[in-house]
Amino acid sequence: MVSIISSNLTNQVFKNRRIKEKMLFYVFALLAIVSGAYMVLTRNLLYAGFSLLLTLLSVAAIYVLLFADFVAVTQLMVYVGGVLVLILFGIMLSSRVHDKSVMSENVNVGWGITIALLTLVGLSYTIWQAGFSSLPWLQQTDTDVLAGQKSTVQHIGVKLMTDFVLPFEIASLLLLIALMGAAYIATDKQKV
Amino acid sequence: MLAFLLTLMLLLGIVIVLAYAERKVAAFMQDRLGPTEAGPYGSLQSVLDVLKLLQKEDIVPAAADKKLFKLAPILIFAAVFAGFAVIPFTPELIPASIGIGVFYLLAIISLDVVGLLMAGWGSNNKYAMLGAMRSVAQIVSYEIPAGLAILSVVMICQSLDFQEISYQQGILLNRFPGLEFEKNWLFGIEALGINTTNIGGITTWNIFRAPLLLVAFVIYFIASLAESNRAPFDIPEAESELVAGFHVEYSGFRFAVLFLAEYSMMVLVSLVAVILFLGSWNTPLPNLTTLKFADWTTGTIGSLSGILWGGFWLLSKTFVLLFLQLQIRWTYPRLRVDQLMHLCWKVLTPVALGVVLLAGIWRLLMV
Repeated sequence: MVSIISSNLTNQVFKNRRIKEKMLFYVFALLAIVSGAYMVLTRNLLYAGFSLLLTLLSVAAIYVLLFADFVAVTQLMVYVGGVLVLILFGIMLSSRVHDKSVMSENVNVGWGITIALLTLVGLSYTIWQAGFSSLPWLQQTDTDVLAGQKSTVQHIGVKLMTDFVLPFEIASLLLLIALMGAAYIATDKQKV
Repeated sequence: MLAFLLTLMLLLGIVIVLAYAERKVAAFMQDRLGPTEAGPYGSLQSVLDVLKLLQKEDIVPAAADKKLFKLAPILIFAAVFAGFAVIPFTPELIPASIGIGVFYLLAIISLDVVGLLMAGWGSNNKYAMLGAMRSVAQIVSYEIPAGLAILSVVMICQSLDFQEISYQQGILLNRFPGLEFEKNWLFGIEALGINTTNIGGITTWNIFRAPLLLVAFVIYFIASLAESNRAPFDIPEAESELVAGFHVEYSGFRFAVLFLAEYSMMVLVSLVAVILFLGSWNTPLPNLTTLKFADWTTGTIGSLSGILWGGFWLLSKTFVLLFLQLQIRWTYPRLRVDQLMHLCWKVLTPVALGVVLLAGIWRLLMV
């Protein structure tokens, strides 16, 4: 009897948590969509940059809801701390020419709409075909995704050093080449 | 929610004490008296300063980008305050115990940079803009040696969890789930044969467990001065060149928030330094044969004594580091931009890379 009550109780707690998680997901999804739309629609480049911040944060929050904590924080680290700051710096250094902030312009309307629609159709078709709700691994991971682990870091680390070591090393080589290229471009070329 | 309020209260208290200490330490080092009028020894000075700031008119410049100008202080403070979420205050008290706390902290602090750019641009003032640019360039550069120094700690401790790193540095090591059978050896090397698991105290702090982390600590401390825009790395707010840097146009409550964010950043980097290098909330006193100093000054986990001792040691060590920050401000002249970049890229970063490599080798000796 006691066990039945307690299991009912845990079910209730679990259900409440599911509802909360769903609400949070919709909040962040809405935030991501609204800020993304604002980024595309605004003419002011700087506002677009700052609304990109909101989009990236919302997407990071959705990653957390999907138990992908490492990916979420990496997203913050790489995109907010690196790429976004670089974009903002670029906009700030290049805009306000002749005391007027630079606005984005609309060009290639026809082609843009066509390509965007084609991408939408292609993505929708792929998602439809994948039928991910019936994938076996997705139905099994219903209960405990992390399986007692506090974080996904350990798994990711082991996988990077075993199954995916080649792509990992190639990526590091690519970054090294980019770094050397940047250093080469930035050096003063001495005129002989 | 409770953790949020408690942390905010604690932070406000520390910042007010710190603002007072800054003026008194400055006065002492310059052979002045500092505030003396308000309260005994002027101790109410910073409280009254805050009250004054709250009463002031909130001025938004007519030519400023009003939305960005108003949003920036909130974003800056939110970014710094979010960092406190993963700081363990006592063995059992941590606002959010997540497995990748160290990584999260490094990432969330970089949001601060976006806020600084927002403030500088929104003010529509050349001093503010220059200050923000300098500040961001400085923070982004110094994140690299700071991150590498932290990385060497993570390699020694094999964890990204602040609470696990804290437990590893004291006599409570085996109380952390997952570390039941771990042992601490003197300098981390088992071959020396001196088991320090039950001695605790300073012998199990990270700078003692792997002495090369002392180098990492110095690197982190210097870089953290630059990250919180403290002298001698205060070119972003150099008074003689830029008036006040990115917050030159702010007044009243918004200035108070920026001021709070700056001091919170100082507190946060000091807390992180204490947790990663100086034994977190563990006592510095070791157990010596029958004199169980470490046991006496740790208290029991779960009871009030454990909470009080933990909080006491963490905060007192943090205040020592904060005092060092204040003292350095009045000791060293400001660095030029080229000296700043020379120090970061040609001194700190190569040394930090070397420490990371050696930390990996040390870790091999530890197992």
